[in-house]
Order: sequence, then C-alpha cells, then structure tokens
Amino acid sequence: MAAVGARQLKTLLWVGLSTPLVWLLVLIAMELRQQNSGLGAQPSEALLHYLGEWALILLLFAFAVSPLRRRMGWPGLGQNRRLIGLFAFAYVVLHVLTYAGLYVQFQLAELVDDFVHRPYITVGIAAFLALLLMAVTSTQGWRRRLQKNWRRLHQLIYVAVPLTVVHLLWLRKDSTLDAAIYLLVLIVLLVERAVFYWQQRQVKS
Amino acid sequence: MLIRKPSDIPGSEITPETIYKQRRKFMGQSVALIAGSGLAGRAPSVQAGLQKDDDITPEQIVTQYNNFYEFGTDKSDPYANAGALTTDPWTVSVSGEAKKTGDFAFEDIIKGLTQEERIYRFRCVEAWSMVVPWMGISLKDVLQQFEPTGDAKYVVFKTLYRPEEMVGQRSFFSSIDWPYVEGLRMDEAYHPLSIMVTGLYGKELPNQNGAPWRLMVPWKYGFKSIKSIVSIHFSKRQPVNTWQALAAHEYGFYANVNPAVDHPRWSQASERRLPSSIFNPNRRPTLPFNGYAEEVADLYRGMDLRKFY
Repeated sequence: MAAVGARQLKTLLWVGLSTPLVWLLVLIAMELRQQNSGLGAQPSEALLHYLGEWALILLLFAFAVSPLRRRMGWPGLGQNRRLIGLFAFAYVVLHVLTYAGLYVQFQLAELVDDFVHRPYITVGIAAFLALLLMAVTSTQGWRRRLQKNWRRLHQLIYVAVPLTVVHLLWLRKDSTLDAAIYLLVLIVLLVERAVFYWQQRQVKS
Repeated sequence: MLIRKPSDIPGSEITPETIYKQRRKFMGQSVALIAGSGLAGRAPSVQAGLQKDDDITPEQIVTQYNNFYEFGTDKSDPYANAGALTTDPWTVSVSGEAKKTGDFAFEDIIKGLTQEERIYRFRCVEAWSMVVPWMGISLKDVLQQFEPTGDAKYVVFKTLYRPEEMVGQRSFFSSIDWPYVEGLRMDEAYHPLSIMVTGLYGKELPNQNGAPWRLMVPWKYGFKSIKSIVSIHFSKRQPVNTWQALAAHEYGFYANVNPAVDHPRWSQASERRLPSSIFNPNRRPTLPFNGYAEEVADLYRGMDLRKFY
C-alpha cells in the first residue's frame, strides 16, 4: 500500500468505485437494444437489486476505512473517506430513484403504503435520510460551520450502515451466502471499533 | 339386491353439488375451446380463466426465471444448475391412507392417463406472474389409481432429496429443512383445475421447472406447486408445508392467491407480469384466487381467508 502514491490511490479509487456503474450502463444499453437481454425478465427489479447491493458494499467499504487505516496502516485511505462515502451515496440515490420511479412508477399512494407497512422499506428510508444528511454536510464549508457537531452528526454512520444490512436481510426469504458475508463484515467492523475504544480508555487511565 | 352403504364411499370422493355443476360448466367451456382452437391432432388445450390481455409468457422466461431453491436461491440458478439432475429412473413412493401403496415407477403411474395442454395464469407469492402453457394430467386421475380410503383427508407431496445433484440442498446458509414438502386438502386435489405437469410448450418438462413431474394448482401461490415429486402420502392430518415451517406468519397451508391479504412484508394487491421492460414493470391488479374464483371459491365457503391464508 505504501508503494501506491496518493495520486495513484485516488485514481484507483475513482476507477474501482465507478466500475459497477459503467458495467450497469453496458447492461442498460443491451436492455434498450433488446428487451430482457441485459437485465433479465424483470429489468426494473434487476436494476433495483444491482444498485442496492453495490450501495451496501460501498457503504461497508466506507465504514471499513477507519479500521483499515488503524489496523493495516493505510493512512492514504483515510484521506479518501469522503470520496468513498459519496460514491456509496450516489449508488444509494440511484437505488432509491429506481425504486420510486421505475419500480413503483411514482404511485404516491403505493409509496406511502410501502413506507408505513413494509418495515424493511421503513428501515431503508431511515438509512437513506441519515446518509442524505451526511452527504449534504460533507463539504469543508459545512464542516467548519458545524465544528464539534460535525463529528457528532457523522456518527450517523453507526445508524445508517446497520440499518442498510437489516434492510437487505429483512427482505430475503431464506438466508444466503452474500447476506451472511455482509452481516459478518458488519459485525467485524463493529467489534473492531468496540475493541479500539476500549483500548483507548485503557491507555488514558 | 346389493346396495352399497354410504359409508363405503370415501369422504374424499364426495363432491358438493355446486362444484359438480361447475365442473360440468368448466368441461363444457373446455370442449368449446378445444373445438374452437382448431388444434385437431394435438393434445387438447384448455385455457382456463384467462383474461383478454393474458398473453403467453415467452418460453425463455418460463424456463430461465425460476424459484427452485434446491438448485440455488437466484432466479437464474435453477436454469444454470438443474442440468445435474437425473430424472430417469424415477421412483415415486406412495404411502398412507390408500389401498395401493408402495414404490412405483413414474412411467407406470402416468401410463394410460390423458395428457392435455392447460394454459394457466401462474402467480408467485413474491408478486410476479406469468401465463404458462403446461402439459399435464388430471391430479384426480393420478391419485385415484392408488384408491385412497375415506381416512385420506389430505395428500402430502415431497420433492427429491439428493444433495449430490441438488446444489441448493448442500447450502450451509439455507434454513430450509429438506426435502421440500407441500400438501393439499383432498377436495382441492380432486378439483378439475389441479394437475400434475409433465411438460411445457408442448415439450418435455425441463429440470429447472420440476422434471419429471410437478404439481400445478393455479389458484394458489406458486410455492404450493411442488416440483420433482418422489413421494405421495395420503394423510388424516393437515401437513406442515415447507414455507409454513420456515415462517408460519408469512406462509400458510392454503396459500390461495388473495389480493386482500398482504404478505407481512409486501403487498399482494398487484403483481408484475413477466416479462417487463426497464421503464414499465408491467403491474396489474391481482385477482382473488388468481382469477379462478368462479371455479374454486366454493371450496373455501365459510372459511375466514384472513386466518387461513
């Protein structure tokens, strides 16, 4: 990691984080040329799940930045945390737009019904709002304006990421390997933080 | 003079008059359809309960978009993995409240039974649907060969358990207690719409669709229509089907398609008809009993369908 310069790391991240989106554009282009070729029998649902899954993966990646920096000694990653977070948020926004637009066709009554009656959607919306707040206040300007409260506000990641994992687990009918991996990664990241703060307290006292 | 006492007639064979009359009507319609369809020479075709805009779903979708968790949980998994399944020889064990029980070769069971095409609407509990031209035989004809007794109130089916060939059964993460189990009340099983499917689109049934034979009960959610059946058991008691065992508050024994009773996690009021396009999910309202209410609603008269979902 140390061999990779700051510039190269940034380029690497840009390429890596946008690759799923580029591939999705290829699938959409195939789909537009011939229906059900790129995205299968239910294109709007396939799109929804694809974006949702990548949003979750990138959120977990953003959540893993601090642990990776601490445990692996990758300081460069910390400087790019905002980039990773904003990329994750972009996938989240596309996922939410696909849901409201392509999937539910902006049927307001149905959207409201979903928010109220489908707990996994309620949980998803809660995570989205938390991430929205974080994304809006991610600029230097907001950071200065909010001062101490900025850190406090961005602790919302501890709400958003677990809710996102719950959102996925809740909508599955049976347990699967991918869901188990996401849950495991989340648990590892939370345990690492608990251990880290406990170690900090030991040092202080 | 020898008069058969009423007690000799199995309870399962007594059909309410209303159903009997409906059946005649259904048969009449069927004959009319066959006559009108000009398909002389081909297997007779019945288009039951189809609406005007019910176009037959393309074969590629029906054979490549499946829920068959024995081969994986993704819709594309069964098509990719079901090739490993050996369906010949295929033995079916028959047990329980019947006079003829034991192991039977699949060919011997279906030998002599009339195969016909049935175009049915198919509604999954996940709120998507298709229109499928099944090839099948009457379930009643299949079951009556085994002469179920009056004690047979339910018929219970099991799917093959063969983890060497069924990759999903080897999954460490699945909570399903294999083999897959489903069941019907005897009067549901004897309903003329209930069939055992042996083919699709005039061809042999592909593995991913439940070869060599699977159930099809068109007014119920798709998970009732159990695939690759190796066991038929006539039971006094109502069985616990696989999805009910996994989440009883979400999946019941009856599983009749019902737009008024939502799945706890999603609405059943509408469905997405396959195939759809990227800009149009092809939603349409879901019909009570999947559009077969006229034929089957009487089976459930007096039952609270919110309770018996």
